[in-house]
Amino acid sequence: MVEDVIRAEGLTKIFNKSLVAVDHVSFSVKDGEVFGFLGPNGAGKTTTINMLITVLKPTEGTASVLGYDIVKQANEVRKVIGVVPQEYTADEDLTGYENIILCADLYGIPREISRKRALELFELVELTQFKDKKVETYSGGMRRRLELACGLINRPKVLFLDEPTLGLDVQTRAATWEYIKRLKKEYGMTLFLTTHYLEEADALCDRIAIIDHGRIIVNGSPQDLKRSLGGDIITISIKENSDVTDLIQSVEHVKEVRNENGSYRVKAEAGEVTAPLIIEALRKRGYTVTRLSLTEPTLNEVYLEYTGRSMRDAEESKEDFRARRITLRRARAR
Amino acid sequence: MKAQNEYRPSMFHGLWALTTRELKKWLKEPIILLMAVLQPIIWMGFFGKAMNLNAMFSAENLGNINMPNIQIPGYLANPPVNGVIVIPDAVLSQQLQETFSSIGSNVIQSIFGVADYFSYMSVGMISMIVMFTTMFSGMSIVWDRRLGFLDKVLSTPVSRAAIILSKVLNAALRAMFQATIILALAVVFGLHLSPTFSPLNLLGVYAAIFLLSTGLSSLFLAVALRSTRQETQMAIVNLINMPLMFASNTLTPISMMPEFIQVIARVNPVSYLTDAVRQLTILPLNTSTLLIDFIYLGVFASVLSSIGIVLSWRYLTK
Repeated sequence: MVEDVIRAEGLTKIFNKSLVAVDHVSFSVKDGEVFGFLGPNGAGKTTTINMLITVLKPTEGTASVLGYDIVKQANEVRKVIGVVPQEYTADEDLTGYENIILCADLYGIPREISRKRALELFELVELTQFKDKKVETYSGGMRRRLELACGLINRPKVLFLDEPTLGLDVQTRAATWEYIKRLKKEYGMTLFLTTHYLEEADALCDRIAIIDHGRIIVNGSPQDLKRSLGGDIITISIKENSDVTDLIQSVEHVKEVRNENGSYRVKAEAGEVTAPLIIEALRKRGYTVTRLSLTEPTLNEVYLEYTGRSMRDAEESKEDFRARRITLRRARAR
Repeated sequence: MKAQNEYRPSMFHGLWALTTRELKKWLKEPIILLMAVLQPIIWMGFFGKAMNLNAMFSAENLGNINMPNIQIPGYLANPPVNGVIVIPDAVLSQQLQETFSSIGSNVIQSIFGVADYFSYMSVGMISMIVMFTTMFSGMSIVWDRRLGFLDKVLSTPVSRAAIILSKVLNAALRAMFQATIILALAVVFGLHLSPTFSPLNLLGVYAAIFLLSTGLSSLFLAVALRSTRQETQMAIVNLINMPLMFASNTLTPISMMPEFIQVIARVNPVSYLTDAVRQLTILPLNTSTLLIDFIYLGVFASVLSSIGIVLSWRYLTK
């Protein structure tokens, strides 16, 4: 399939005529891709996802999922997507199994099929032995897995995951991502996810869009984005006391060298290839390398580069964040 | 894998799934059922029994009034006599008691149509059950929205109308079940069934309950469609429920009310349910009034549930 699975053009949502949550966002997601929406809390990620899954109507702009318009053909969209929401939406008073069957019924899946599928999915997310327990007895990670299973019951072609690891501890987060990867492999879906964990986006997504204050600031593959910063940082120290700046500068791929009190900070493309070349060049001239470290730029630097503040800073201002969150919550609700 | 999304989700599949979800939740929490039934039981047991109108208007009470000896001037007698005629208090009391011995139940019979107030009000409790059960359907959609469940359901192809109708249906089924309990208990506590009562009438009772529940819960749901706060919902519901209950024939007959309340009570659908159920259980059946009751309830139910469905298409998705 050459056509874009998701295509958004100028998607905008304004709450209460004044609060601009999503501001003319345009992007496209290709078939089989893992596309990540990355941004601090309150950046407009959930609002965007809610428009794509037809729960919110856009104020302006359009979007389509598998060629279906999200407003005019909302019901067609709903049939082909799966949703794993941010909150735990499973009914606590029911068992895991009852919840999954309920989800299946909402898609109108005949009982014979849904029963078989439910058991399959329980196996996949390793909840088989808990399937007849009430959901209120589940832990956070188990609930997340149950949500995953629910989102997959209709064998969706596109799966939307809104902050799938929010509020989970590190191990559970890692495990959850393992499940998601496995599910993707098993069913070959296109994934659209939001996260505010940079490492996660880096490790999982084929392409990401960084969103802040309702606007997409930049998008591309994590590698491209990092490369756009100008490459890796190699730090080198040598035993001898002479200045080798020019020598390092002459090595291929090296972009910039700075002597910082005897240790050299080298900016280079493809650091893992360049570093051995530098060592080689230094050796040939009889220098001894005592220390070397290679740092690849992280998405955090990308984020910093494009928004002018680190993502952590963006979250640091607790009052701002909380106020915005509360308004957003209220606004979304109304 | 090709034909994976080819199911035609029928309206009823989704409706039934959502309704059974609610019913399962309800059945798993017997406390909720108990609380819901307890309130009308308390009303019945305490208010219904304490308001002992028969005893209030009984011969004993009337006879216990302290009577002085009454003196009548002799010239008033026929034929006139000299002096004064004295009627002793004992004679007077006895005469009064005899006159009033049946007046209590006569008064009640003419006001309420039945011989005891308990029968009258315990049937009214069925209307109360309907009001209080349906008001929770509004609350539950607010809950679903808060917990994110509603958003998840909205992202599935299930019909928007099914979301509303499942709550309506659930409220109606609950109300019918609770009404059965209350009616059975009322009979145990001393409800007098009319001679025209037959078990078949119960079907009519259920139908009437179903219609009012459908109408009222559609109303409460329509109010709650966009709301996210239970507090607001609670306030609105209380505001609606109180006049619905007092400006109706649930506890007192409409004919005894002042004019302006009568106007409200006559358009109040709760009056029609109460009347229908009374006709079917404790009153001698009057087919033409019963027919009017059912027509009114039917119109109320269909208009409000249509409004609810139309609003849900428009406003459930923001």
